[in-house]
Amino acid sequence: MCGLAGIHFDDAARPPDGALLRRMIAAIGHRGPDGEGFLAEPGIGLAHARLSIIDLAGGAQPIWNEERTIAIVYNGEVFNYPELRKELLAKGHRFATDTDTECLVHLYEEEGDGFVDRLNGQYAFALWDRPRRRLLLCRDRTGILPLYWCRVVDSEVSGPAIVFGSEVKALFASGLVQAEADPEGLDELWTFWSPIAPRTVFKGVEMIRPGEMLVIEGAKVTRRKYWNWEFPDAGQHRRAPLPELAHELTGILGDATQIRLRADVPVGAYLSGGLDSSSLVALLNRSIASSLHTFSIGFDDPDLDESAHQRAVVERLQTRHHHFQCTAADIADSFPTAIRHTESPVLRTAPAPMRLLSQSVRQAGLKVVLTGEGADEVLGGYDIFKEAKVRQFWARNPGSPWRPLLLKRLYPYLDFTSAQGDAYLKEFFGQGLATPDDPFFSHQPRWMTTAQCKLFWSRDFAARAGTGATERLAANLPPDFPRWHPFNRAEYLEAATLLPGYLLTSQGDRMLMASSVEGRFPYLDHRLVAFANALHPSLKMRVLKEKYLLRLAMQEALPASILERHKQPYRAPDAAAFLGPRTPDYVNELTTPNALKSYGYFDPDKVARLVAKLRRSRAPAVRDNMAFVGILSTQLWHAEFIDRTH
Amino acid sequence: MSDSLHDQVRRFILENYLFTDDASQLGLDDSLLGRGIVDSTGMLEIILFIEEQLGVKVADSEMIPENLDSVNRIAAFVTSKRKAA
Repeated sequence: MCGLAGIHFDDAARPPDGALLRRMIAAIGHRGPDGEGFLAEPGIGLAHARLSIIDLAGGAQPIWNEERTIAIVYNGEVFNYPELRKELLAKGHRFATDTDTECLVHLYEEEGDGFVDRLNGQYAFALWDRPRRRLLLCRDRTGILPLYWCRVVDSEVSGPAIVFGSEVKALFASGLVQAEADPEGLDELWTFWSPIAPRTVFKGVEMIRPGEMLVIEGAKVTRRKYWNWEFPDAGQHRRAPLPELAHELTGILGDATQIRLRADVPVGAYLSGGLDSSSLVALLNRSIASSLHTFSIGFDDPDLDESAHQRAVVERLQTRHHHFQCTAADIADSFPTAIRHTESPVLRTAPAPMRLLSQSVRQAGLKVVLTGEGADEVLGGYDIFKEAKVRQFWARNPGSPWRPLLLKRLYPYLDFTSAQGDAYLKEFFGQGLATPDDPFFSHQPRWMTTAQCKLFWSRDFAARAGTGATERLAANLPPDFPRWHPFNRAEYLEAATLLPGYLLTSQGDRMLMASSVEGRFPYLDHRLVAFANALHPSLKMRVLKEKYLLRLAMQEALPASILERHKQPYRAPDAAAFLGPRTPDYVNELTTPNALKSYGYFDPDKVARLVAKLRRSRAPAVRDNMAFVGILSTQLWHAEFIDRTH
Repeated sequence: MSDSLHDQVRRFILENYLFTDDASQLGLDDSLLGRGIVDSTGMLEIILFIEEQLGVKVADSEMIPENLDSVNRIAAFVTSKRKAA
């Protein structure tokens, strides 16, 4: 992967400042330490930082077409490039490099803006069509790679213009964009765990939506969504014999994994010990000769640690395994760096260990890893889907004492002591039971728990943030949404909010690229998404067994202990990592009443009480943990981005 | 006596769940679950408080909203348990 940045002027005659482009790309140099490239001509400036993975010697960017009329700076990989290249060669195109990147300029010449429909991969790019003076800014379908932009309305330096880049840092480095918090973006984050694109946590800065292309011509910006998560109407799902579907799934996933090995450097894999990453490694191992490098993370807290399961997979598949044991101190010490890379507050510490894991990949000499991310969204793995299913079942007979007891089966990994009596479970998950057709039925309990953390906001900030997060999401749902099966609606909400907004960015791209490592996501291959979205929900969740079809498809390749394992979500130590015996200085400094008051987001008195409670608490509640991490990360984020640039 | 028990319970909930000492933030009959004051894991702390600070043991069968879902209910539950002891 790589980093890109640039500026487009409304005034076609205006030349870009080379120093500005260099500053912008230097700010995201970690994304591409292997080289830089620039294009500067009247009206446009493009910059690129390269992480070389394909055609190590010849792939410097920008890359041009034969007549040097179309240029591209590009971050990502198009995995079907050998097939595209063959086709383009047959049509008479001449290639100057062996890269996947070059396919894009030739394909654009052939097919115009629709060329993106032909790409299978993960990408964000800026393509400059010189004769037509058009700039295309585009992101991949599911939002694996990021791309931000901002309109500069009036600046002496640039005049009206658009600046863009792989990370927001690049925009701020231009000197044309002032970092300012967007209270509505933060409200969305404290509801859904991240703002929903195009909104970000910075005022005026937009993120191009997954599956969207922006066409910029002069001062005009046109947005075109070329892909979205789509499902059949309820009752219209594909039906076929199970063995046939399992075979098809293995075929598509196998090919999705296989083409993601295409690289001129070795490819490794993350291994969590769960079904998703284990399946990939199992499929991989059959197809590559040399032994695969796998990487996993472990925690001292036995409730969070998955080492035993990781060992079982390694033993079965005989990979060259690297294990990173992450301590509470590691998380506390590395959290500020993680926030510098997330460029956003977070409600869990989980990104920090992911950065340390990518660092261990880099230290082992690798720069590409496969990950199992996306499987839960595509093949139906999340507990929230099960919750929704039980609650739907329960809503059909709300007086039933037995129906809600199914919920207890969902959370065997949580400590359901008697204090979590049935009655409480019913109260908590019973939210919204009277309105099973509410579009947000599946997600209400989670969003409500998250939103309770807003209790710590200052009165002034709460007033500025408003309460419109769910209304805005409702207004932007696809028109077909009400016709989908409730399970598919839940999948859509997960794929449109948490996946691109948090999992693929704060916990994905940012933590990978912080160590200059590229992640590849076979489960997000769009062919697999199309196959899975057409399946009846009962093939994803059979009664309450998640990812049913994947289990069936993998039953001969994986140990029974993995196949029968209940899904354990990846979690890392939260507040305890900071408030244990050794509290880092920055935590104390950022949570003083003065620091809290001066940034203005939180009520200092309430935060002091929360910290005191967490220090004496033996078993902190989920909400308290989440609130503390949210407060600390918001303070860090403000100090890093807003204080610093003012 | 019963006033001070109500105060004690209310203070505990204000301090630990609403992070304030402003008593107007919590009515004696407010539902702790219904208002989202206690989340699905938070009830553990209330039971520890009742057992350790108020000296009343809570049996599994007594861990129901009827006994624990508001200041008044907790106070009434604790009072009846103390009488029975």
